[in-house]
Formats: sequence, C-alpha cells, structure tokens
Amino acid sequence: MDGYTVAALRGVSLEIATGEFVAVMGPSGSGKSTFMNLLGCLDSPTGGDYVLAGENVSQLTGDALAAIRNRRLGFVFQNFNLLARTSAVENVELPLLYSQCPADERRRRAMARLAEVGLDERAHHHPSQLSGGQQQRVAIARALVNDPVLILADEPTGALDTRTSFELMGLLQQLNRGGMTVVLVTHEHDIATFASRIITFRDGHVLDDQRVAQPADARAMLEALEREAA
Amino acid sequence: MKWLASIRIALRALRVNKLRSTLTMLGIIIGVAAVITMIAIGSGAQSRVEEQIKSLGSNLIMLLPGSVTSGGVRMGSGSRNTLTEDDAAAIQREILDVQAAAPQLRGTGHVVAGNNNWSTVFYGVTPEYLEARNWVIATGKGFEPSDLKGAAKVALLGETVATNLFGDGDPVGQVIRIRKVPFTVIGTLQRKGQSLMGQDQDDVILMPISTARNRVLGGGAARQRTVGSIFVKVREGADMKGVENEMRSLLRQRHRVQPGADDDFTLRNLSEVLAAREESSRIMALLLAAVASVSLLVGGIGIMNIMLVSVTERTREIGLRMAVGARARDILTQFLVEAVTLALIGGLLGIALGIAGSVAVAQLAGWHVDLRLESIMLAVGFAAAVGVFFGFYPARKASRLLPIEALRYE
Repeated sequence: MDGYTVAALRGVSLEIATGEFVAVMGPSGSGKSTFMNLLGCLDSPTGGDYVLAGENVSQLTGDALAAIRNRRLGFVFQNFNLLARTSAVENVELPLLYSQCPADERRRRAMARLAEVGLDERAHHHPSQLSGGQQQRVAIARALVNDPVLILADEPTGALDTRTSFELMGLLQQLNRGGMTVVLVTHEHDIATFASRIITFRDGHVLDDQRVAQPADARAMLEALEREAA
Repeated sequence: MKWLASIRIALRALRVNKLRSTLTMLGIIIGVAAVITMIAIGSGAQSRVEEQIKSLGSNLIMLLPGSVTSGGVRMGSGSRNTLTEDDAAAIQREILDVQAAAPQLRGTGHVVAGNNNWSTVFYGVTPEYLEARNWVIATGKGFEPSDLKGAAKVALLGETVATNLFGDGDPVGQVIRIRKVPFTVIGTLQRKGQSLMGQDQDDVILMPISTARNRVLGGGAARQRTVGSIFVKVREGADMKGVENEMRSLLRQRHRVQPGADDDFTLRNLSEVLAAREESSRIMALLLAAVASVSLLVGGIGIMNIMLVSVTERTREIGLRMAVGARARDILTQFLVEAVTLALIGGLLGIALGIAGSVAVAQLAGWHVDLRLESIMLAVGFAAAVGVFFGFYPARKASRLLPIEALRYE
C-alpha cells in the first residue's frame, strides 16, 4: 500500500490436523486477523502457501476462492451476521443457494442442521425474535450446512454473556468431538481453555503454540455455574 | 444461482423498504404511462390523416380555374371559369395514364323533403366522379349515362343530408326538392368523414352535371359548358409528374395560352399535400414519444440513486454472502435483478396508468387516440432496459466489494 508493504504475518508455518480444536490468541495488531482471513480464504497471501484439505489454495483468486469458501469452510462471526427479516431456516440455507442445490434439498439439510443445534422449533422465527445465543446457534447451523472441513469462529462469544458463552462453547466442543476441525479466535483466556491447542500471535509471529492436555469441559462448567446460582 | 431465487430475493429486498421502492417506481410509472399516452395520441393523429388520404383517394390531381390577365391586371385564382366539360373529356381521351377525369359543378341550395328541410351543397357530376374520388354507393344505385344525356332529375345523398332529411328512414325512391326543383333519390353515398380542412364531406348531394347546369343553376352557367373543377385520377403506378406535365401542355394548347404567359388554370397534386401532412404528423408523434422518454430517463436515474443507497446499506450482507460462497457475478446478478424488478413492476403499473390516461384523453378531450400493442411492448422493453442500464453501475459496485472489508463495514 502506498508504495511499501506492511507484513502482517512473517515466517508463520503451522499445521492444523483434522479434528483439532484450535484457539488463536493475541493482542490487536498481532496478525491473528490476517491469519484468520487467510485460513478463511477471504484473502490471498502475498507469499507462501496455504494447503487446505490437500489442495493448495494460495494462488486461487476470486470465483475459485468463493467456491472453496462455499464447499470447504464454515464461518461464525462475533456479531452473528444473520440476514434481518429472513427466517432462521432461510439464513441456514444461504450457503446452499450458491452451490446449485435444489430447493427441497436445501430446506431438508437446513432443517437437519437446525435440529442439531436444537433450534428446529424456531426455524421460522426471524433473528430479531431470537436471543443472542440462539442467533449464534443459527449461525453455527449455517456454517455446518455445507458439510465443511473447517469451522472458523471469529470471537463467537464476544457478544454473549458468560452462561450463553459456555453453552455455545459446549456446542462447538460437541461438534469437535464428532470430528469437526474448529479454529477459534478469542481474547478471553477462559474461552481458550476449551480448545485442545492454543496458538498465540504477536507482531506477526507465532509467540506460542501449545497443546492442552486436558481441555476444560464447557458442559461441566455450565452445570457448575448453574449450581452456584441455585 | 437460479433466476427464480434471485427474483425472490429481489422482491423481499424491495418489500423491506416499501415506501422507498414505491417512490422509486413512481418515476418509471410516470415515464411509461407518458410514453404510452403520448404515442397513443400521436399515432391517433397520424391514423386520422391516413383516413383522410384514403377518403380522398390516391393519385389524385385537382384542376382549378386559374387567374386571367386583363390589360396587365392579374385577377386572382378562379376569377373566371376557364375549365369546361370538354377539357375533362379531352384529358380522359388523350392522356393514357388518366384513369378518370371528373368535372364538377358546384352549387348551394335549400332542400325540402316532406316536413324536413336542410341547406346544403350540391355537385353536378359525371359517372366518373365516384370512381375518381373512391366513393362507394351505400344503398340504391348510381347514375346511368342516360340520366346524364336526358338531364334526369335524380340525386344521390350524402350521409349527413340523408340523416337530416329522412332520419333513420330509407331515402331511396323518395322525392326531394332542391331549389324548388323536384328530384327522385336513387341512392345514398357511403360515409366519408371530414375533409382535410375539417369540412363534413357527407353534407352533399350529387346530381348529373347536365341537370345541375340546365335545371337548377340556369343562367350563364347553362350557356357555357364551364365547370367548377376537375378531379383527375391517375392510374396506379403512373408517373404523376409526367401526367401533370402532359395535362398542362394539353390545356395550354386547348386554351390557346401564349408561350411565356401564365397558365389560366391551377394544377394541385392532392396526394403530395397529404403526404406532407402525414410526414408532419409522424414527426409530431415521434417528438411526443421523445419528450415522454425523457421522463423515463429521469425515472431510471432515480433507480440508480436508490440502488446505490441500497448497496451501501447492505454492504455487510454482501460481505456475508461472499463469505459463504457468493461469487462476484452472483452479487452482480442479485442487484441487477433487483433493479430490473423495480423497473418492470413500475413498467406494469405504468401500462395500466397509460391505458387509463389514453382512454381519459379520448373521453375528455374528444381526441382520436390509437392505443397500440407495439407501443406498450416498447414502453415495457424500455423500462426493462432502463433497469439494466441504471442498475448495472450499482450492481457492479456491489460485486467488486472485498469480502473482508464488506464484513467489517459498520
């Protein structure tokens, strides 16, 4: 930009295996957002390679990246990013709209995913009629609907209270136990403890990459929280 | 992505901002309605002129008496009756391309039939007259050569005269008095409508020229064989200019006009006059349509404006759609379909308003309007084209957004 290049990431070499639950941490400006954008195929690296599920996607552009995002990736955002005035099930259907999926098949798969996150009874509610936690669960159903190889969650608990955060992390852990690879960005340490691996960025480098032997169990934490309240 | 899905998304987006969508459509509605109404009025005027041409008959040349010069003073046109029945006969006989040369002798008079009376124009004519003017007998029969020879007191009535004298009754066989002379009605003429000058051409009585001269007009007209004018019908496909020139030299020769002197008659090619009028009414219709399309253009700019606002408002939606796999062309299609849908709905409403407007103009102003399917299809096509044209820039702007930046947009 403006004649000189700012390197947001330099010398980062990471491998994330299928079935891992990775938490990415780091202060703002550490390069973790750039890292997530690269993982999410929303941006292309100026140098280096990104191999996703055996396919080198670093040189792909535009439409090809859109197709990769559509088929391989699921996104969960901090602010949910659901379409307003659109029912939950239609929000979940959205990625299928871009993958030539017939209408009845779309509806069937979307309903199945909503059932998985426990919201099948709210399928026809609009986002404004759902709580924050429910909205985020709709977003997770949307991320899952295309059977992705990787779920990318960017501060998914940022807009939720502690209880709902634990609920949501419980859902992500459950998905992870089912074999889904999850990469999560957070700046909250207690949220990161639910992951099986924590990568910390600083100034464009990996500062720390450690495996957690015994990740905390979100369901158990939630129950403990409820016992305390009672 | 499927077209149907795109249209459904577009309709939903338009429903979200109902008032805004309606106001944006208003420009297109007014534009399409204006185009349809203006074309209807323009082509109404045009078809009226075409009707007049048909009623007059094509390839028609009219011969009128010209001016005479007396001691260096030139009198005006028609100052002396220089044309005669013999001139008409000579034209018919000597010029091959002339199909019919029909002299007419004009008079006005009061007509009485039973309890009704009416003032009208009568023409003394020959049997060729009806042929030259493309006039058809509606009921009864036309003149026989014997009527002409014997100056029989028989008459053909124009529709207006027939209605005024006999109402709905059948005039054929009835007796009428023209300037106190009794005539038998032998037929009626088919309706011909207004002339080029707005005169009622059906307010007329036709009689044999010999009858008009000898039994009704009398006096000087009876002594000479002069006529008021001669209608000349030229054969289809003949060279009008050539026939005109032949006629001119024939008449100059017959009237012994010195070389270099003015004609003592006037030649008027009526078809040319009408063609010019048709051309001017056609230009008028085009002009009306052009003015109306300006309002469509303004409506299109309204669409572009609203689509740009919409793209900005929905930046995050665009980012999300891109993140879950929408390609640039999916986004382009979505916004383009939205703009075209807006324009087409406006176009359909505009058609309804345009038809209503045309009918209202026809009813209230009494104008002849001509609502054509082509003009309606043209207006809708134009509306869709406006949608594509003015929707393209905002749609392309949307499709060029970068997903990361669009997602981060507040």
